[in-house]
Amino acid sequence: MNTLKKTPFYNFHSALQAKISPFAGYEMPVYYNSIVAEHNHVRQAAGVFDVSHMGEFIIEGAQSLQLLQKITINDVSVLIPGKAQYSCLINEQAGVIDDLIIYCLVASERYMLVVNASNIIKDWHWIEKQALGFDVSLTNISEETCLLAVQGPKVTQLLTPYLNFNLADLPYYHFKIANILGIKDIIISHTGYTGAGGVELYFKNEADNAAKLWNLLTKDLQIPPIGLGARDSLRLEKGYCLYGHELNDNITPLEAGLGWITKFNKDFIGSDILKQQKQAGVTQKLVGLWMLDKSIPRQGYHLLNAAGTVIGSITSGTMSPILQKGIALGYVDIAYSKLESSIFVNIRNQAMPAQIVKLPFV
Amino acid sequence: MELPQNLFYSKDHEWLKIEDNVGTIGITDFAQSELSDIVYVDVNSLGKTLDGNAIFGTIEAAKAASDLFLPVPATIEKFNENLNNHPELVNKDPYGEGWIVKVKLQVPVDTSHLLTAEQYQALTRN
Repeated sequence: MNTLKKTPFYNFHSALQAKISPFAGYEMPVYYNSIVAEHNHVRQAAGVFDVSHMGEFIIEGAQSLQLLQKITINDVSVLIPGKAQYSCLINEQAGVIDDLIIYCLVASERYMLVVNASNIIKDWHWIEKQALGFDVSLTNISEETCLLAVQGPKVTQLLTPYLNFNLADLPYYHFKIANILGIKDIIISHTGYTGAGGVELYFKNEADNAAKLWNLLTKDLQIPPIGLGARDSLRLEKGYCLYGHELNDNITPLEAGLGWITKFNKDFIGSDILKQQKQAGVTQKLVGLWMLDKSIPRQGYHLLNAAGTVIGSITSGTMSPILQKGIALGYVDIAYSKLESSIFVNIRNQAMPAQIVKLPFV
Repeated sequence: MELPQNLFYSKDHEWLKIEDNVGTIGITDFAQSELSDIVYVDVNSLGKTLDGNAIFGTIEAAKAASDLFLPVPATIEKFNENLNNHPELVNKDPYGEGWIVKVKLQVPVDTSHLLTAEQYQALTRN
C-alpha cells in the first residue's frame, strides 16, 4: 500500500479536526464542520481551500509554444504574460487525458501547467513523450508548490490591502506575480473552481510561507477553511467538469461541452478526429439536469426516457445547497439533450422525474 | 459522542428503542457525524413488513447516499414527517427529534445480535 502524502497545511486541517480522507494520494480535508455551511459561506462571503495536491509543471525553452499547441486543444498563441487559459490534453483518439490551466510566464518560452492531482503521473509521462524532439525542458514543481484557492465575493476586498495593486482590476483568467507579507513571487490568479469569484495563490513551500499565508487568511482575515466536499458541490452548481466524472480518456471535449476551448485554427493531437466528430455531430452530450421532486441524483444512476429505456447516466450529482434541489451532470443520448426535455432518473429502481436545464445551475 | 444507555445499537449504526411492541429507529450520533450534513431521508417502505437487516430507506448526506438497515424484523408504521422539511434534525438530535421510523415489532424481540452502548462504543473506536 502506498503511503498517503500530506500537503504543507495538513497540521492545520488536523488541528481543526477536519474530516480527512484520501484523495488522489493525499490526505485531504473533506469538511471541517459542515459541507453545506461551508458551501454557503463561500457563495456569500469567502473561504480558503488547500488544493496543494494539484500538480504544476513548468515548460520552458524556445519551442514551448509549439509543444503546447501540439498537445492542448485551446490556442496557446493568444496567451501573453499575465494571462491564463483553460484547456485539455487529449490523446490520439481525442479522449481527454486531463483538463488543465496554462499560465503564460514568458511569451512563447515559459509556461506553467496546472493539472489534476490524480493525473500528475499520467500527464507527465504523456507530455514527456510528446516533447521528444522539441527544444524544451520540463520540470515537475508539484511537490514544492503550495496552492490555496481563496474564493468568494468578499475576497477582492479582503485581500487588496495586502497587495500593491487593486485585485478588482485583475480580469478573469489573468494573474500577477506579487509579494504578500514578504513572501515573494506569489502567482495571484483570478481563477477558481467555485464560480464565486476570488483568486488562487501559487507559492513556493519554503521557510514559513505556508503557515504565514494560512494564518493571514484564516486568522487575521477570518476567512474559514473549506473542504473538498464543498469544493465539489460549488463546482457542480456552476456546471464545471471534474476529471474522472465528466471527463475521462474515452470522452471527447466536444461531448463534454468543451467546444468553446477547442480551436481548429491549429493542428493538435486528436484534432482530425474532433473535426470529423464536429462535422458528423456528437451522439451523446453532457447536460445539466435537476430533479422535479425531493430526490437526489448521484453518480452512476441511469437516465431514462418515458418508456423506461436507458438514455444515459449521471456523472456527478448532489443536493444543491443554493437551489435546495437535486442537481446533476450526466451524459445523455443527443435525442434527449434539448433544454427542458423531461427525463427520468433511476433512483433505487424508481423512475424519478427530472428536467434538462441550462448550465450553470446557479 | 452521545450514547444513551437505554437503546440497542446495530453494527450498521442504527439505534433501536423498544417500548412494548413499538420500536423507534434512528441513526447514531457517530453515524450522523460521519455522514455530516443530512439533506434528505427517503423511506419508501411504509406499511411493509421486512426482515431484520432489510433496507427500509435511504439517508442522503451532502456527499453520498447510504442505506438504512432494519435492526430487527418489523412492520414500518410511521415515518418522521418533520424530516421532510428538516432533515438536519438527524444531525442536531439523532436520538430525539431526529428519529426516523416507528415500527411494530414481532414479540418477543430477538436483540441478541444487537449491541449495548458500551459494545457500540468499542466498535466505533476502531
